[in-house]
Order: sequence, then C-alpha cells, then structure tokens
Amino acid sequence: MATLSNMASAEMTEAGTMVLNMGPQHPSTHGVLRLLLEIDGERVVRMVPDIGYLHTGIEKTCEAKFYQQVVPMTDRIDYLCPMTNNLCYVLAIEKLLQLEIPERAQWIRVMLNELTRIASHLVWLGTHALDMGAMSVFLYCFREREDILRIFENVSGQRMMTSYFRIGGLALEPPLDFFDKVRKFAAIFPERIDEYENLLTSNRIWVERTKGVAKLTAEDCISLGVTGPPLRASGVDWDLRRDMPYSGYEKFKFKVPTSTEGDVYARYMLRVAELRESIGMVKQALEGLPSGPIKTEDAPKVVLPDREKMKTQMEALIYHFKIVTEGFAVPAGEVYQAVESPRGEMGYYAVSDGTAKPYRVHMRSPSYANLQALEKMCVGRLLADVVAAIGSIDIVLGEIDR
Amino acid sequence: MSNTAGRIEPAITDIEQLKDHPAMARLLSWKRDAITEAKFDRDELTITIDRAFIRDACNILKPEFNFLSDVTSVDWLPSEPRFQVTYHLLSHKLKERVRLRVMLPGGQPTVESIISVWPAANFFEREIHDLMGIRFIGHPNMTRILMPDDWEGHPLRKDYPVEGYR
Repeated sequence: MATLSNMASAEMTEAGTMVLNMGPQHPSTHGVLRLLLEIDGERVVRMVPDIGYLHTGIEKTCEAKFYQQVVPMTDRIDYLCPMTNNLCYVLAIEKLLQLEIPERAQWIRVMLNELTRIASHLVWLGTHALDMGAMSVFLYCFREREDILRIFENVSGQRMMTSYFRIGGLALEPPLDFFDKVRKFAAIFPERIDEYENLLTSNRIWVERTKGVAKLTAEDCISLGVTGPPLRASGVDWDLRRDMPYSGYEKFKFKVPTSTEGDVYARYMLRVAELRESIGMVKQALEGLPSGPIKTEDAPKVVLPDREKMKTQMEALIYHFKIVTEGFAVPAGEVYQAVESPRGEMGYYAVSDGTAKPYRVHMRSPSYANLQALEKMCVGRLLADVVAAIGSIDIVLGEIDR
Repeated sequence: MSNTAGRIEPAITDIEQLKDHPAMARLLSWKRDAITEAKFDRDELTITIDRAFIRDACNILKPEFNFLSDVTSVDWLPSEPRFQVTYHLLSHKLKERVRLRVMLPGGQPTVESIISVWPAANFFEREIHDLMGIRFIGHPNMTRILMPDDWEGHPLRKDYPVEGYR
C-alpha cells in the first residue's frame, strides 16, 4: 500500500502521458482497489495496482486462536463465498488430523458450496453488468441471491458470515424445511438463468463492450498464476473439483465449461455455464443425499458432543469443557489444501507445531494472483475497458488484502 | 495418547524410498546435492532445497510442474535457520503437487527471486518481503504491498506482537 503523498497528479509527464488515479473509492473496483494508470489520450500505457486498504492481518490473528476459533475468520476473507473458505480451512485441518468425514456431511458441504458459487456468480454478474451500464441485470441477480441467502440463514442462522462447517463435520443437522427450500430454489433457478441470458448474451451493447476485450492467452494465465474462470476461458481445461477432487466431488457428474477466446465475453459465457452446472450439482446432492451422522463420531476430543449426550454422559461433558476451554492439539506437520472457489484456486497452507493453536495459516487467494494479470489485460486498451477487465476477473478485495 | 482420533501414518524421510516421485526423480537426475531433505507426510511431498539452488530447481521442475500455486513463508523463531520459504508447485498434466522449501538464517534473510521462472511469484514475494522481512534478490520491485510504505517491522514475524506495538 502506498502512502497518499504519492497520489497521482494531473500534470502531464515528459512523454506527454497523464497519470490518473482510479480508486480506492471507485464503484467499479469492487471494494477498495486503487489503480495508478498512465494514459496516453484514452489508451492505457501502464497500470500499477495498489492494494492493502483492507488488510486486517487475518493470518497473524489465526496464530493467536484455537483451531476451531479460526473458522469464523475464514468467512471474512472472501465475504462473497464464505462456505468455500470454511470448507477449505476445515479440509486443511482435517487433513492435518487425518479425520474421516461422514458422507452425509460431505454431500451437504458440496450442496452448500455449489449454492455459494451460484450466489457469488450472481453478485459478479449483477455488478459486472452494472459497471457497464446494464442496471436491470443487477436487480434480477440480487433477487435470486436473496433466495440463497435466506437458505443460508435457514441452515446456519446467518445470511453471509455462515461459519457452518466445523472441523470434523457440520455444526448442526439442517432444519427440516431446509431441503424443501433448496428443492424449490433448484426448480426455478434454471429459468432465471435464461432470463439473465435474454438480457445480455445477444445484447448488442454488451457484446460490443466485452468481445475481444482484455484478452489473455493460456500461456499468460499459467505464467501469471491465473486460476478459475479466466484460466478456463483461455483454453486451459483445469478445475480442481474434477481434477483433484475433495469432499466427495468425484461422486458428482458435471461438465467443466471451457472456451478458447480468453476475452471478457468468454468469461461471462463460462460463468453462466457454471451456474447451470452448479444448480445441476445441487439437484444431484438433493437426490442422492445419504443418511447418517453429520459429524465424525470417533474423534470425541476434536468434535463437540451433541447437546443430548452432554446431559446424560459424563465423558461428553468433560470433552465439551476441554475443547471449549483449551482447544485440541493437532499433530505437528504442514499441509496445503486447495479448493475451486468461484474465483479460482483457494488454498490454505496450515502449519502445526503440535499445540492447540495453528503455528501458521496462509491463504492463497485466487484474486491476489489473478490481479497480477490485470496489467496484461489492459495495456494498449481504452480506459473504459479497464472497468470491464476488473469485472471479468471477479475481484474481491477482502480476499486480496486479508 | 495423542489428543486426536486420526491415525497418522509416520512420515517417510528416506530419499531412496521417494525417488520414484516425478519431482524427486527430476531433481535427483539433475543434482543430488541440491536436496538437503525430503519428507512425505499426509500424502504431500516436501523437498528442502539448498538456498543457493532454488531458482535452478524451479527451472528444472517447470516442464512438468508447470504452475506456481503459491509462495509463502514461516518463521521458526527461536530455532536456526529461522525462516522457511515455501513454494507450492502444481502439475496440470500429472494432477499432482509438490512443495519446495528453503531454510534461511535469521539475520539478513535473502533468497533468489523466482520471477524469471514464473512471473506469478511477483506479488507473493512482495508479500513475504512486506510481512516477513525476507529479501528476494533479483526482484524488480521489492517494496511493501499490503502494509503502508512507512510501516516499521514485519507483522508476521513471531517476535511481533499480535496486537501490534501500542
């Protein structure tokens, strides 16, 4: 993060270009991203992203918390996909502990993760279209997003900061009407995707603004660490859910949409296709949901006991007291767990020294790496395309600054 | 008795037993001396590389492990060498990961930048420089990235209080 003293000035440089300051308070930067742009007329010559305005030191804070206390902080990293971050963190710690998770918990995790992906893509689609002047799409997208947030509230008690996953399973069995609500949503949603597509896919203005804009080649993506939809839109067929499955994704049938265009329009089409795949997976999870426990039962020192057991069993009460007051020790070691977040590869690197608090937690956030490609996308293009480029990598600043 | 129910297999640290792993095989056929340690734990391979060879080792692995996922660091205060820089490489072809790590001394920790191998390392290395105070030699823009430019100290170091200096 740079200090305010080197804010850009409106004076012309020797080369006849102008240095322009965009952000940090700019609606199309989706948070507090500051860009220093050197422009020649309306063409971008150079771009320097300046980040750090949302840095809250989450990685440092994690080191002072018990393992189970870190879960609520993972929500706040990427506030558009809390469940994905919850999942990635608990998977990393479960890998450290080598815990087996019951199937039912895994399936519910997948179902909620795909709903999260839909909610996140809806915010992306709404704001991205809004940036480019299509106001109504935003209203349509937020209508369905609201439905998903209601589902989240129903299952976890919170609309956005869900913290519903626990190390060893889920917090609680979902309420009885939860599955009906998801089923109802899954039934109407495919039509709603058609509605968004009607507004945009063949809309002349939208096509003009997005086709051929902010192109990236497959080589650029790989060398710059780009993951997620921008990578797939550039022709690299790579999705962690299919290629390195976690949490039971190998049991689901889904296609991984790809494209070779590598422009903003390709990323739009790809995410819309992902919406359809995700809702398909939600339906599969509803149909095939196994019955059984929602948390591991053979790890009493890690997983909180049921309320009922605490009233009847002495040991359960003791374990509960110990987990809450002194946490649980995790055997020393280091793991890296990655999941396919709506934005790309979300990775958690956790190091344990054998105590009840993580020695080090590092989050590899997809937006952080994807932001590096922004200069490549924008140089030589018009200033107005910068807005399209930022929108197309679906940037979340909370995740970049952590 | 350990505090967990998970049954953890003991880690394999014998280089001989690990030589069939694609990353290991590549490095061994290039330079055995560059590897100071190897460990296979919880299904993940960690190779410790001599700090002088990290960039070359990345170059050797790149044809197979084509994607740099992450670069990060750990502070092992008070042990010496104090700092660890961790690289996570991913192979799209083999669908496999490998973790490289370099150990650095506590005073003046420096290591060669791998920007020439993967430009993706740019922000990751700047972040480590900012939060952990490790210098990357050959990095074109070794400045702070998350903290303000005039910040003192490196917050992720273990001797930096969680609440900050008040």
